[in-house]
Amino acid sequence: MLTERQSECIKLALPKGKLLPATACLLNEIGLKFDNYSQETRIYRLQATESPNISGKIFQEKDIPIQVAIGNYDFGICGLDWIEELLTKYPASSLVKLADLEYGKGSVYLAASLYGGLTQEELLNKQTRWRIVSEYPNIAETLALNLRLRRFNILPLWGAAEAYPPENAELAVLWAKSEAELKDKGLTALRALLPANAYLIANKESWQSKNMSQVMSYFRQGLEAYNKPWQQVKIRMPKSYSSYRPEPNGNKIWLAVPDGHQQEPTLEFLTKAGLNLPGYSAETLDRRPSINLDWVNVKVIRPQDMPLQVANGNFDLAITGKDWLLNHLYRFPTSPATELAELGFGGVRIVAVVTQELPAAGINDLREMVQSGKLSPLRVATEYTDIADKYLHDNHIRKYKIIPTWGASEALLPEDADLLIENTQTGKTLAKHRLKIIDNLFQSTACLIGNRDSIQSGHKNERITFMVDLFRRTAMSS
Amino acid sequence: MENLKCKGARDMLPQDTACFRYIEDAFRRSCLAWGYQEVRTPTLEYLNLFTSAGTLTPKMLSRVYSFLDWDGWSGERVALRPDGTIPVARLYVENLIQEKTAKLFYVTNVFAFEETGKESREKWQGGVELLGSSKSIADVELILLALEILRSLGIEDFELQLSHAGLLKSLLAELELSTEENRDLLTQILDGNWQHLTQIQTNSPDVNRVLSLLLNFRGKTSGFLENLKTLPKLSPALKREIDNFAEVSSLLDATGCNYRIDVTSVRSFEYYTGLCFAFSLNKEKIVSGGRYDNLIPIIGNGDTPACGFALYIDSLIDLVQPQQQHAADKGVAITIESTTPSATRSVFQLAASLRKAGYVTELVISDSKPKWRWSVTVRDKPPTFSITDQTQNQKLDAASIDDVVSVILGDPA
Repeated sequence: MLTERQSECIKLALPKGKLLPATACLLNEIGLKFDNYSQETRIYRLQATESPNISGKIFQEKDIPIQVAIGNYDFGICGLDWIEELLTKYPASSLVKLADLEYGKGSVYLAASLYGGLTQEELLNKQTRWRIVSEYPNIAETLALNLRLRRFNILPLWGAAEAYPPENAELAVLWAKSEAELKDKGLTALRALLPANAYLIANKESWQSKNMSQVMSYFRQGLEAYNKPWQQVKIRMPKSYSSYRPEPNGNKIWLAVPDGHQQEPTLEFLTKAGLNLPGYSAETLDRRPSINLDWVNVKVIRPQDMPLQVANGNFDLAITGKDWLLNHLYRFPTSPATELAELGFGGVRIVAVVTQELPAAGINDLREMVQSGKLSPLRVATEYTDIADKYLHDNHIRKYKIIPTWGASEALLPEDADLLIENTQTGKTLAKHRLKIIDNLFQSTACLIGNRDSIQSGHKNERITFMVDLFRRTAMSS
Repeated sequence: MENLKCKGARDMLPQDTACFRYIEDAFRRSCLAWGYQEVRTPTLEYLNLFTSAGTLTPKMLSRVYSFLDWDGWSGERVALRPDGTIPVARLYVENLIQEKTAKLFYVTNVFAFEETGKESREKWQGGVELLGSSKSIADVELILLALEILRSLGIEDFELQLSHAGLLKSLLAELELSTEENRDLLTQILDGNWQHLTQIQTNSPDVNRVLSLLLNFRGKTSGFLENLKTLPKLSPALKREIDNFAEVSSLLDATGCNYRIDVTSVRSFEYYTGLCFAFSLNKEKIVSGGRYDNLIPIIGNGDTPACGFALYIDSLIDLVQPQQQHAADKGVAITIESTTPSATRSVFQLAASLRKAGYVTELVISDSKPKWRWSVTVRDKPPTFSITDQTQNQKLDAASIDDVVSVILGDPA
């Protein structure tokens, strides 16, 4: 008999990306099917097909532990790596780890370059400054403290950690299916830090006070089943490798080019400039593509990470977006990273967005709503945390909370955030999600950035100037 | 009302602050009288100052407030000072190392995260560091200085416990563990989990015997350590540490200082290398310190032995009763009847004269209960001053400021 209490509304946070196909398969098999939960979907809000009281929302995997911990969702499914990244730093988070779902198998490793010659013994005893790159800065920091590394710098990344060692970092903390997969990427595992399969989590408060046994029994049935077809679902990740070439003299200049959405237009631009990068255009991405200029080294990394890398002198030049450069400069006002040429492609607007239902036509209306306590604190979801901070200070919004996201932020409005600071090309996607733009912050395009200090001084000056001129000419002619 | 104050932060109200100053004054007075000089270090330090092995334990490091500064793009983190000694050791290395010996003290806040938010995450301590001496008499001086400070605060029934980090560390070395096992065990006992040490199964019955004699018994004089020294088959390294421990405690015996030897009385002794001591009152630690001969070499490569201690002011605030700084009869409340230019002038001139004579003068802004013996009302027209003596319930008029002062001063009762 279904009592009132058992039909309480239950909300699930479900992963996008690499875990989606296997998670969808699991949910189908255990009878907790969600319509539209597929790779191709453009809808973020889901409804369990056969249980009207169970709803779901799709998030970036990395956002899920936070969303569940703050109580926006009762259950969540994501990799254990992201759960531990949160719990390492915030052990008091309101999360309950419920069950290893036994798919999406992999581990978080501490790895070094295959070609750097770093040994376990050196790791424990060598007195050096360790540069550690990772998408998991909290896990990396705890590891460094426990290893008693004397001097270490943690460089947080959006991705592509495998591309950094040995030139730009001694160590990387990253997820991989296996040590063999690391080897394919040119890395050697020094330590397996934690197994990181897909995991079922719940909000602590919900777990203690809500009857959620209906959902739990679906999962139990699945985990106790003899046949687990979801374990056979292949994780499809964009393939990449790394053709390492040792660089005996440090005279070459380093250029960073982007992966992801910006890859295609960048390639087109480089081709127009007469630059030929075979590994960058191939189906399997080479993180270190060759180039038809023998005094240039190229690496493919995430555009979000470039300003910081250029500031640190790891790259002389990088092709990124003005949005990411500004976000970096707002955080580090004295950074030497600077724009050298506007490249004219990849144009987007950075906008402030609210739901169409909100009676606000502009930021001033929003400020009044915050002041009068109607929207206080204002919940602001964004990938651009430092641009958002500055924008809100400039507009005298006194009480707000930033919810950092890693993409697909529009899914958060209106339930889990009030305001988005987002980029948009045409505004169509926003309109489709019943959102409206209330302010334009600035126009962003792809740009070539460099390090002010390294341009002014040093032996690379002539080569950098040549490249900057080439890029400027190409941009003007298009 | 919603909470405006940060979780884990503490306001010091006037009463707390008076108590804080009372402790701080007693601490400073003693330190200055013993020839120590006061210093201050910045609240922000580079995190890596605290991350070397032999500085802070991993558990303490996991509670450090650290973040990227506005120019921290290289990933170099800065930290809110989690410890008082290490920044002073840095200050010494960078500024005073050529002076060989430095006797320094400071009053500072230190920051450490605490989950519940019930305890303060910012704590205050008075610290004393004696840099540049390896002599046992330096350890003794610090213990006696701490003793004097506590007594001057009216604290008598404290307990002094001694331990020895060098002895503990050389015992660990005798266990012949791998680097990693050794590090794990050290981490455990640094956090106060001594049972891990007793659970270790060693192959050496000699080491086991010393361990159990050390962990299970409490010594009351240096005789206890002299007894330990006579145990057969001690390694030279272990014997050296017991010798040092015995030397310090015999010097303490000579000064008539009472103590208990309890090697498990210390924790978080990561940077300590020799004698460690702690004063506690009702089980609460109010002072702890010790010898840290390796810290300055780690920070600055110089070879400087050192020792020091910290006085925990937050714990003491609840334990001491400050003497009232200003007795009520040394205070005057001044009321102005109407704010005319001449009355205003008289009020502040009178107040200045009385302050010069050593009185607290308080301008009465609104009706409040008088907390001083004297009160004076100032008028525009004669009689310009009315004096009230609250204790005698007497009223008196006066014509000039000098008259008022002599009435108040003339009656020292």
